[in-house]
Amino acid sequence: MKAADAIVEVRGLSRVFDVSGPWVSRLIGRERRRTLTAVDGLDFAIYRGETFGLVGESGSGKSTLARMVVGLLGPSQGQVLIDGVDLARTNNRTARRTVRRHMQMIFQDPFASLNPRWRVGDIIAEPICAFPARETGAHSLGKRAIAGRVDELLELVGLHPADAPKFPHEFSGGQRQRIAIARAIAAHPDFIVCDEPTSALDVSIQAQILNLMRDLQERLGLTYLLITHNLAVVRFMATRVGVMYLGRLVEIGDTDALFARPRHPYTRMLLDAVPDLSMSGSPRTPVAGEPPNPIDPPPGCPFHPRCPQAIAICKSERPAFRDNVACHLAHDG
Amino acid sequence: MTGPLLSVRDLRVEFATRKGPLVALDGVSFDIAPGEVLGVVGESGAGKSLTGLAVIGLLDPPGHIAGGEIRLDGERIDDLPPARMRLIRGRRIGIVFQDPLTSLNPLMRVGDQLTETILAHKPLGRRQAREQAIAWLGEVGIPSPEKRIDGYPHEFSGGMRQRVVIALALCAEPQLVIADEPTTALDVSVQAQIISLLKNLTRRHGVAVMLITHDMGVIAETADRVAVMYAGSIVEVGEVHELVRNPLHPYTQGLMAAIPTLAVRARRLAQIPGAVPRLSAIPRGCAFAPRCPRVFERCAERPPLIVVGERGAACWLYDRASAAADVRN
Amino acid sequence: MSETTAPPDGASEPDRTFVGRLRNNDLLASFLASKVTVAAGIVTVILFAAALLAPWIAPTDPFNPATNYLSDSLDPPSFVAGGDSRFLLGTDDQGRDLMSAILYGLRVSLAIGLCSVALGAAIGVSLGLIAGYAGGWTDSAIMRVADVQLTFPAILIALLLDGVAHALLKPANRDESAFAVLVLSIGLSFWVQYARTVRASTMVEKNRDYVLAARLIGLSHTRILFSHILPNVMGPVLVIATINLALAIITEATLSFLGVGLPPTQPSLGTLIRIGQNYLFSGEWWIVTFPSLTLAALVLAVNLLGDWLRDALNPRLK
Repeated sequence: MKAADAIVEVRGLSRVFDVSGPWVSRLIGRERRRTLTAVDGLDFAIYRGETFGLVGESGSGKSTLARMVVGLLGPSQGQVLIDGVDLARTNNRTARRTVRRHMQMIFQDPFASLNPRWRVGDIIAEPICAFPARETGAHSLGKRAIAGRVDELLELVGLHPADAPKFPHEFSGGQRQRIAIARAIAAHPDFIVCDEPTSALDVSIQAQILNLMRDLQERLGLTYLLITHNLAVVRFMATRVGVMYLGRLVEIGDTDALFARPRHPYTRMLLDAVPDLSMSGSPRTPVAGEPPNPIDPPPGCPFHPRCPQAIAICKSERPAFRDNVACHLAHDG
Repeated sequence: MTGPLLSVRDLRVEFATRKGPLVALDGVSFDIAPGEVLGVVGESGAGKSLTGLAVIGLLDPPGHIAGGEIRLDGERIDDLPPARMRLIRGRRIGIVFQDPLTSLNPLMRVGDQLTETILAHKPLGRRQAREQAIAWLGEVGIPSPEKRIDGYPHEFSGGMRQRVVIALALCAEPQLVIADEPTTALDVSVQAQIISLLKNLTRRHGVAVMLITHDMGVIAETADRVAVMYAGSIVEVGEVHELVRNPLHPYTQGLMAAIPTLAVRARRLAQIPGAVPRLSAIPRGCAFAPRCPRVFERCAERPPLIVVGERGAACWLYDRASAAADVRN
Repeated sequence: MSETTAPPDGASEPDRTFVGRLRNNDLLASFLASKVTVAAGIVTVILFAAALLAPWIAPTDPFNPATNYLSDSLDPPSFVAGGDSRFLLGTDDQGRDLMSAILYGLRVSLAIGLCSVALGAAIGVSLGLIAGYAGGWTDSAIMRVADVQLTFPAILIALLLDGVAHALLKPANRDESAFAVLVLSIGLSFWVQYARTVRASTMVEKNRDYVLAARLIGLSHTRILFSHILPNVMGPVLVIATINLALAIITEATLSFLGVGLPPTQPSLGTLIRIGQNYLFSGEWWIVTFPSLTLAALVLAVNLLGDWLRDALNPRLK
């Protein structure tokens, strides 16, 4: 894959939150400023046409990363380049509009991602109205053309044009996620960030939605950044996978390779921990400890307190991300 | 001990609404043997949580038990006055709920909650109860329990809190524990620890478990037998590994095929068309018929749970008298 | 594979006709369930209609000096001994038919009430939206102003604003602008409650995913605030507005009673009560009684409706 094919490039991305107490109480209590490093020096790229899966548990920083990639949150350090454009730093309005048009997001909670007071047809049409130029080259689109496009989108996601005048609360969770998908593809984006798109759905509905997402990817040539904690979903959907722990990337690789031969101890631990139907009954290595507090990370490698293979250097020196893995042992061995 | 520990027969739960009663559970029957782990699995709206709530008598009005009986060790518990039910709850049936944040009183120290529970159900002095509380905290894997016993719930992490909740459920030494989605709110790595803790502890103390969850993987790890629920009734029941390897009911088959696994990258996930019917719109006859790939004329009539060897499936396909019977799939 | 909203066999599609929707409407059912609320609703409708149609249904025009004869002044109601059959409820000190005066007074009182509620709501909702969405210094500034205002009783604020306005205006304009001044004073004294409620709801809604989705497309903040967030925070506003209406009417009546409200040439119910109070102990009881009863009925009915609305819209009570 040439670097030129990269839709998204993340370079040295960091995000720090100030979680100190209010100024007055800090003054009186002589407390220091406390910061939470949610994302710490990420470097990766997403190539056109692929599905990049990002896995991590709570505190891994994957949600913060998602929001930074789509521009809802600015970086403290580093850059996010979408099609070569740094959304957070560029002042060029046309460039910003172009980038926003190319990129969309599907959220986790199908009950909160649709405005409960808007009709479904209006919800789906909103991106179309916000970026009309791409459709026809003209600056505004007639109402009938928009309605036609909305009907087309509804059918594409497996719903019915008669659903357009209804309100979100008239639909089930799975159907609402379909509406969210219709909204996401309405303005012909190239790149969609999916933040836990099926975590709130039942298993059988999840299968429908994941199949739909893969079908749409083939039909429309989409690129996905899929963020989830569910390894089985990643196995099914992603072509490449990145594993995050406490704001850092610990391993990246092609899905098959990573699942067959995980190199980082955390990846191995995650794969072992998943209660998986196909692997039930086989012996497992016991898991230790819990995800640490991101405000107070351990020194050296953040995983060392839970790592069954930690050696002396792991406690003092943070491993660099090299050769697609951040582990002292993997670098040497 | 002969006979099942918990016996539920034809349980019917209804919700009274302006437009008439809404049937949420329709003729649910199952047994739990002493020390057995029964998994109750189903998707949202299947009625699995309601079943658990009905057994411990915590149904919120307008929901109420409209029929059937629930027996614990042979005695009926579904028609007891609230005061007597309170004695059973906690002493003989323990509960573990999904959200450890709301299961613990945020204003009470963890040790006090444990001690209070022990004192309520066992004839011990305060100091002995506290020592037992410390012992329980150690057993559920909380490091330095004698120091942490005086902590407040917010000082514990999610996984630790859930361990405390398990200790609370087990400290009165109940015969049965009802666990409703005990690991759903936890991270993957912590989930595995809690599942194994639950399994080991209940085995060690001989406690039966009714494990309610939507996660088939958790059931496969933990349960001895499993009951699959759909739209308010049980559609299949049987030994867990057999059911996973060879599901009988078309819904269970569809469910198994829809679950993505780690083993191999599938081309496409098998999906069940349509969606779970709303409570107010459950079809007559077999509730799964509109979505079933093997539906036939007999399905217009509600199938009972038909015995198939050691297992049961509520499907006319397994009724030898049915014309289009196709027992092996 | 299509997954429509069509229900499986055996179920019925919800009735979408207007009558069908009315029958299934929970709000309507709860309204009809309480006799007190229905009674309050009927009284409110009657009084609103009376006020609206006053120019047509009033027996006389009480403000036309040509039709008022001082010789008719202080006549008791027609059903009492000594009454004149022309005047159902009697006359006041100027010879005006009390019934007509009440109808017109009701009209004025309601007009001021509705306008000031609208003004207060407009200011309060806007400031609440801005405070909740912007956060930071803007939020603090607006809320501190609100807090300061809340330390004063609304009546005092209305009096203050009223006095300032009167001082600024020339005496000749005072009477004509009395209406506008009253609406302004009362409206400005009531915005805080709206602002606080809307601010709280806005702070919740602005972090929800549908707002993030709108921000993603690059919509302007104003657009997001008024198209997306406003419809979702309006619920409690209706309840506050209803109860506020009663309060506004009482406040206006109080101000008029104190003599700083509407002048006797366009009397509201409050002015009539003031006039009547002077005659109460000299035996002409009707001049104060009937306007007071009307005012009480109006305020009570509106208050009861507001109570019902608040309980009906509260999801936790269901």
